[in-house]
Amino acid sequence: MRYAETGFDLEIDLSRGSIERVATDPKLTALYLGGQGTAAKILWDRVPPEIDPLDPENLLIFSTGLLHSTPVPGANRTSVDTFSPQTGRYSHSLFGGFFGPEMKYAGYDKFIFRGKADDLVYLWINNDKVEIRDATHLRGKGAQETALILKEEVGDDNAQVASIGLAGENRVYMASIEHANSSASRGVGVIMGDKRIKAIVVRGTKDVYIAQPTELAEISIPMYKEMYDNKDCGDSMAHGEGDEFHVDNFAWGNARTRRNQFFTKEMEEEWISLEDKLRMRWTGCHNCPKDCHQAINYPGRMPYFQKCYSKLTYAMGSFGDLDFDYNIIGITQEYGMDAYSTPQTIAFAIELYEAGILTDKDLPDFPGADGETVEGYNINTSRFFYLVEKIARREGIGDVLANGIYAAARQIGNGAEEYDHNTIKKFEQVPIKLGYVNYPYFLMYATGEKMNITQIEGSYPQAPIVDKKEREEFVKNWDAAPERFKKWFMEWEPRTNVSLEAAVHICDWNEAMHYIDDAIGTCAFLSSFRGQFGGRPPYHIYNMPDFITRASGIELDSDELWEVARRNRNLVRALNIRRGLRRADERPPEDHWQKREPENEQKLLDMYYEFKGWNNDGIPTRETLDKLGLNYVSKDFIQRGILE
Amino acid sequence: MTGEAVSNGLKKRIIKEIKVNLDKCIGCRACEMACSGFHAEPKFSSTNPARSRIRVIVEDRKDVYLPIRAGDYSSAECAGRNTYTINGKDYSQCSFCTVSCPSRDLFKEPDSDLPLKCDMCESVPPLAEPMCVQVCCCDALTYVEREEVVDVKEVRRDEIDLGLESLISKHGIEKVAKIVAQIARTSKG
Repeated sequence: MRYAETGFDLEIDLSRGSIERVATDPKLTALYLGGQGTAAKILWDRVPPEIDPLDPENLLIFSTGLLHSTPVPGANRTSVDTFSPQTGRYSHSLFGGFFGPEMKYAGYDKFIFRGKADDLVYLWINNDKVEIRDATHLRGKGAQETALILKEEVGDDNAQVASIGLAGENRVYMASIEHANSSASRGVGVIMGDKRIKAIVVRGTKDVYIAQPTELAEISIPMYKEMYDNKDCGDSMAHGEGDEFHVDNFAWGNARTRRNQFFTKEMEEEWISLEDKLRMRWTGCHNCPKDCHQAINYPGRMPYFQKCYSKLTYAMGSFGDLDFDYNIIGITQEYGMDAYSTPQTIAFAIELYEAGILTDKDLPDFPGADGETVEGYNINTSRFFYLVEKIARREGIGDVLANGIYAAARQIGNGAEEYDHNTIKKFEQVPIKLGYVNYPYFLMYATGEKMNITQIEGSYPQAPIVDKKEREEFVKNWDAAPERFKKWFMEWEPRTNVSLEAAVHICDWNEAMHYIDDAIGTCAFLSSFRGQFGGRPPYHIYNMPDFITRASGIELDSDELWEVARRNRNLVRALNIRRGLRRADERPPEDHWQKREPENEQKLLDMYYEFKGWNNDGIPTRETLDKLGLNYVSKDFIQRGILE
Repeated sequence: MTGEAVSNGLKKRIIKEIKVNLDKCIGCRACEMACSGFHAEPKFSSTNPARSRIRVIVEDRKDVYLPIRAGDYSSAECAGRNTYTINGKDYSQCSFCTVSCPSRDLFKEPDSDLPLKCDMCESVPPLAEPMCVQVCCCDALTYVEREEVVDVKEVRRDEIDLGLESLISKHGIEKVAKIVAQIARTSKG
């Protein structure tokens, strides 16, 4: 009997049209737990570095987390794992909603796609009955429009759908996978489109078994209220908190301009009233009491779910306003485009146009081309609408921009490379430009493999608490933190860097928590991302083992759980090392901070690599790998000459 | 349900009621999780929304979020159905209907197709509130008890009644009686 997981993966070969239900090895669950962890193992075993991301042999894996479909509240994030054509490396994204739990109720822990269909198809997975169906009638349809059509077509309102829009169909690199109130991005949508999968429709009515039923219920049931009452978890940013911080401190346009003290009381009031007008409802994800997603009904658009920071990305990229942002998301989410990368890429193109690098020839009928201005009207917003169409359709210059800023800059040439100033490892980063280098952040940006800082940071606070008494109080209640962090936090003086040693540990702890979340499926807003604000995440390294053991029967304590995080982290690292990642790539954007400390930054990398058991080039050593049970990785590294 | 005598033929009893506030539902379906877990044998040994006696009907693009509890079984479909427009939103009559019936797959055991019915989580010792209410933090579901005077002749129908009735309507009373007799004989032996 398998607990918490189903013990089966669904293997779908789209080239051959074959479908197989494959039993999995419980030993792998014990080692990697599930989600991203077990997906990384499959990618390691089956997609060698010679396989191009757009090769049919690349895999696209949808993984449930180990705790999906158990009574543990807030475990619903589905992991999507593959290799991305934008970076040439490992690509990973998570989405919330209801998809993963439905996969498990249908009897599967993973959907593993291989090969490519000849033309658009969709999968209809109804418990044991799995069909690859023609989807050519859905060509060009919006992501949610597709979901609505397909629920009707399969005749089941309870089915859950993950789909792509026009952008994914056209293999746009910033294409997302859309599902209910959530979406996955960072290079997974393009692979779904490349495999010609328009949508996956899943419905399940099977049981998921619990190892220690009453023991798990005993700790899970009280969590609902605890989480609901805990204002330091969930997406408080969606609820307006932090608007001022983001508006005043994040960079507008092509990650260029900070508009300090731009946010005013009047703006705040205007924003709140606009949101109240557009919002149909706050909603949650599967089995979670937090209402992090607002359902938005913008006139003339398909109702959509706005999440997190997306309400600002288009506004800030265009120097536009909130109304424009809500308007354009109504289009981009139906096209299935990532709300981080897309606005940045467009802002980059507008800069190139203003610099004369892109011309009217590249951008026929570009709004504002004649230099005419209308008072009180921001022409960039029209340009955003224009470029969204070009990119989603890969039309003209859109075909170049659809490859992401790094590649586009090099394809355009003529000095465009200079305007690519906010990517790391060929991937667009959150538009933040700050004053003084921050040690833990330097390490997280440099070495993170989840590509977006929000997927790496999160347990250790971003700033110290000024008042000593308050700080003491904070530390006293900081159940989530290992002892060493309490000491460092107490010693941390405002406006100073933490020590190099502390920075190494902070980076390690922050990312470890994400690696745990992404294996068991718990939402980062309940643990790995939220501890930094308020220090009271409902889930942390000390209480997670109980939930895991009682749900799955896998016995482990906090140290052993951290060991799993380390194993998964090293395995993901290994996937990228095998594809060429080295120390030289581990560089935050030059202008991320105005004042840098090159010597200390290199020292930080040295210390971090050493702490991680990696060599000077950032490659995990044989000892490190073997100790984690990753002998097959070290063996491969030696065979390939990556390690001596 | 507890009751006490009032006068001949009538008695007081406590009516347990779950109030549903559609405006407050966030569509998380925690109620389904808690219900299916609580009714598993042994308790919480499995979860499965398809076995839940409360289901949230969701049409997210239309802003329809509607938790409904399983009521009685009916072997017949409705002759005609209404569509209700409330605050500009369309609801089918089925969205509000608690009946387990042939026209939809709600409130039927996925293995046997036998009807499910909400029992307000009656158990020994009794719960303070049904499980679905306990986990509904946004107060879309709230629990109230009120007193009502009822005719004692009213017979309570529990799951066994319902299950048997449904089996009888499906297979005929003779066949069911025969099988019950058979089972009685074998289990004695």
